[in-house]
Amino acid sequence: MSAAPARRRSGPARHLLGMSDLGPDVGAGIDEVMTLTDSFVEVNERQIPKVPALRGRTVVSLFFEDSTRTRLSFETAAKRLSADTMTFSVSSSSVKKGESLRDTVETIEAMGVDAIVVRHGSSGVPRQVARWSDAAVINAGDGWHEHPTQALLDCYTIRQHAGSLAGKRVAIVGDVKHSRVARSNVAAFTALGAEVTLVAPPTLLPPSLDGWPVKVTTDLDATLGSIDVCYLLRMQRERMTEALIPSLREYTAGYGLTSRRADRMAADVLIMHPGPMNRGVEIAAEVADRPNAVIVDQVRNGVAVRMAVLFLLLGSGTRWGGDDA
Amino acid sequence: MTVPAETTPTSPGYLLRGGRVIDRSGERVADVAVAADGTVAAVGSDLDLAVLGLADADVLDCAGCVVAPGLVDLHTHMREPGAEEAETVESGSRAAALGGYTAVVAMPNTTPAIDSAGVVSQVLDAGVAAGLCDVRVAGSITVGRSGEALSPMAEMAALGVEIFTDDGCGVQNDRLMRRALEYASGLDVTLAQHCEVEALSEGGHMHEGEWSSRLGIPGIPAEAEELMVFRDIALSRLTGSRVHFQHLSTAGSVELVRAAKARGLAVTAEATPHHFTLTHAEVASYDPLFKVNPPLRTDADVAAVKAGLADGTIDAIATDHAPHPQEAKEAPFDEAACGMLGLETALALGISELVEPGVVDLAGLLALMSWNPAGIARLDGVHGGPIAAGAPAHLVVFDPEHEWVVDPSELASLSHNTPYKDRRVRGKVRHTLLGGEPTVRDGKATR
Repeated sequence: MSAAPARRRSGPARHLLGMSDLGPDVGAGIDEVMTLTDSFVEVNERQIPKVPALRGRTVVSLFFEDSTRTRLSFETAAKRLSADTMTFSVSSSSVKKGESLRDTVETIEAMGVDAIVVRHGSSGVPRQVARWSDAAVINAGDGWHEHPTQALLDCYTIRQHAGSLAGKRVAIVGDVKHSRVARSNVAAFTALGAEVTLVAPPTLLPPSLDGWPVKVTTDLDATLGSIDVCYLLRMQRERMTEALIPSLREYTAGYGLTSRRADRMAADVLIMHPGPMNRGVEIAAEVADRPNAVIVDQVRNGVAVRMAVLFLLLGSGTRWGGDDA
Repeated sequence: MTVPAETTPTSPGYLLRGGRVIDRSGERVADVAVAADGTVAAVGSDLDLAVLGLADADVLDCAGCVVAPGLVDLHTHMREPGAEEAETVESGSRAAALGGYTAVVAMPNTTPAIDSAGVVSQVLDAGVAAGLCDVRVAGSITVGRSGEALSPMAEMAALGVEIFTDDGCGVQNDRLMRRALEYASGLDVTLAQHCEVEALSEGGHMHEGEWSSRLGIPGIPAEAEELMVFRDIALSRLTGSRVHFQHLSTAGSVELVRAAKARGLAVTAEATPHHFTLTHAEVASYDPLFKVNPPLRTDADVAAVKAGLADGTIDAIATDHAPHPQEAKEAPFDEAACGMLGLETALALGISELVEPGVVDLAGLLALMSWNPAGIARLDGVHGGPIAAGAPAHLVVFDPEHEWVVDPSELASLSHNTPYKDRRVRGKVRHTLLGGEPTVRDGKATR
């Protein structure tokens, strides 16, 4: 293992690799994150949105997939907690040079880090990173598997606009099969007592839904009248070449939130999307700009939620707070 | 016939004393005397060594042990030529000997592939030079294993190759497989198939099902294997040729083979220890040590493989010993190499997972690991026993009660990719004799 000095770290969780890391009672764990998030939302509204809670800690972004938005969100969160940040943006050429995943992690370890935020195209990489590192590992999206901070900010956004998720009816629409956002959201929403329905053609559902606490339907129109949240997943254009859908046109006709469909939903149904959107495919351009589309709030809440997660994993136990003069 | 290169003409012979002899003719408490010429001199109690000319025989203690014909592995990856950092014929032979094997069939997915007399000779010679195991060679069905043109099977058969396979891949083209079977029947050799329809398996890295859906890993459905099993059974019927099915992993495959045998078709089958021991639930750790092709499957599939081993549907246990260097198993799961070590843990897993729970008895396990595979490899009369005067002394002595914990760093393979680290198992090889000389003595390789 590395020779880095032992880092003082306290906090209930060791990693956030998936929703199940929030504890034996995932719902309670999510509530704890959301309570912390409330405080950090307040911090972010200050003139100097910064607290010294993680001063002296180092947070590294290890992003194997391009994602400026998520990476900036994490880095902003870390900086607002006064942590130092490093970016390991592993370009495809460096990967092609053959440096192994383990060597990359051990190189970072050698520099002494407290947290590694990992995004990778392969499911399971954050768990592997956690095996080779003493740092706290946060999954910023691994393959098709999970994207826990996205699910947390989605829970927060729903609660912000519509109150408690208990009993709320959520439709997750689109390419569930390939979606790490969907897997984390199913776990998160159901842990908080929401009723989740997956709406997708069979080719875009996972091969087995055994053990998934969800309903399934191929009929989006039938669900529109009985949901509180319509959560749209991005439809990747590549799926056509894999013979998963005949065409984007047919996808939109069956599963897109068109203007006509949005009109048939109650005006207070929340319209959500993890971004980036394909306007005109899974969501009509003007629908994304409607007042009940809270996509921008999702992004905005992301920073505060990630501050809460970092604080939860790295917080030294001292009270955060106070201005950083 | 391989005799270890350093046999001394003045070998004193050996007396295997105090063991329980089990071979296909039955079970008896008996000593086994091994002559200097590498054959069994006598089997019985109170042997008169002087009369046998073995008064100075070296005594090998077999108390508490079973003495059986050496194990035969139909499916070992030696990695030589081409990937010697993972394993060589020598290191693989040592691992085989420590696992109780006196014969292995080396798979042809080397670099270059074993698709010509030259490469066959290279591997055979390396086996003789190592002198730790009788290394036989499987040739590929197609040139370069590319699935396009038949390889020169006759020239390889002339060097003693009895089994041909494109293992690592299945032959995708139906017409080509038909021609290969017809041609093979003219040579009286056996085609073995790694059953995988790539149109269904492409992009998959684990069994497609409950766990792949949860873990977000593209899956390989059982049908990718079963479709090719079905096809080759049909082609076997069409051509009248023998087919041997490698590493069966699904309940559906076992059922197809059972039905084919019931119809009298000339098909045989093997299964690996990992397919009767582990399931896809292991992949939850995302540890590529559990990545293998065909993948670990469901509990029901494991149960079906065990039932197939018990009722004769599956004729043999074959290890599919697949060494890989450390970096190939430390990559992200979907980029990691497929395969696990198997030679040194197979017997113990057979005892722990099959004999102890009563799926088969010890004689049944030895049939699966010794004389049945010897028959499929056309090594009858050389390997697989019976243990009787005049027979070649290819023997294994093992303690079926000896408990041990698997430690990857203590395995003789050059690689360490075993999924059984820290697993407590029962059954350990004490001595292995190849051609009358120990390759393993008191649990340690002799060279």
